[in-house]
Amino acid sequence: MSTLQVSIYRYNPETDSAPYMQEFQVDTHGRDLMVLDVLHLMKEQDSGLAFRRSCREGVCGSDGMNMNGKNGLGCITPLSEVVKGNKLVLRPLPGLPVIRDLVVDMGLFYKQYERIQPYLLNSDPEPAIERLQSPEDRDKLDGLYECILCACCSTACPSFWWNPEKFVGPAGLLQSYRFLADSRDTATAERLAALEDPFSVFRCRGIMNCVAVCPKGLNPTRAIGKIREMLLADAT
Amino acid sequence: MVTNITSFGRSGLSDWLIQRASAIVLALYTFFIVAYLLLNPNLDYMTWHGLFAQTWMRIFSLLAFVSLAAHAWIGLWTVTTDYLKGTAIRVGVQTFIILAIFVFLVWGIQVLWGA
Repeated sequence: MSTLQVSIYRYNPETDSAPYMQEFQVDTHGRDLMVLDVLHLMKEQDSGLAFRRSCREGVCGSDGMNMNGKNGLGCITPLSEVVKGNKLVLRPLPGLPVIRDLVVDMGLFYKQYERIQPYLLNSDPEPAIERLQSPEDRDKLDGLYECILCACCSTACPSFWWNPEKFVGPAGLLQSYRFLADSRDTATAERLAALEDPFSVFRCRGIMNCVAVCPKGLNPTRAIGKIREMLLADAT
Repeated sequence: MVTNITSFGRSGLSDWLIQRASAIVLALYTFFIVAYLLLNPNLDYMTWHGLFAQTWMRIFSLLAFVSLAAHAWIGLWTVTTDYLKGTAIRVGVQTFIILAIFVFLVWGIQVLWGA
């Protein structure tokens, strides 16, 4: 079978009163294409189809979407990994407002990212050249800095669905720990104080959806556990 | 700044720690009661009464009741903040839950120390 059945979420708020699913037949010529390639073939059939993409190699994080029920990046997800029974269902990332088709409003996601102050805070006098870090301290940032902010994890998290204004979400918390763990950052106490309430960190129930979907293979649940350990050590 | 005034400990960290500590107490109490019932298949009222007349059992039971009250408050508060989005209904349900927990706690203490 070289014709793939694709069902895709369509919504244009200027013309549609409600979202609907549209069916496409896509000829893959029997090749194991990436989901993003299939979207381009669909766009040849209907140029009005809207989705985000840029690097098409899993680096920019633009094409996060829900493919047969699981979040991931369309550009690095081969059909053989997601298609079941020759059928592919594409939906926007869950839980965020839809602007059009697969394009979602990432405002809340970025607001939570901004809240954790994703940059080095250091009150020590600036050195002449640069702040040095030992190779051992640098190693502590591995598995944290690689995040591309595609939002696959946070939009797979029920805690983020129910409280996106208060719960930072796995992506933001992974970055929060990236700066808590950085030997060059001196604002640890202030950062921890801002996370101690019942929502920001503690709304995480450890169901690990974030770990299951991360296209970069990162582990936000482990980072959240480390933040809890730091909070506990600081307050007991 | 995220605020909260109806949560048990007014702090995510304290709620989180109490939830875990109370879970351990409740697990130990449940394990003890189940084991006691299995080891005393022909349990009569006097033996059961004698068990609860002892000071250590009263302390253990009261600890379990207080743990249950805290555990239920924290757990149900979380559920209401997840699923009840209207402020009036959320505060109403939270108030009802807190009152019910208080009633059950006092009732439990009365059963334990009553005649």
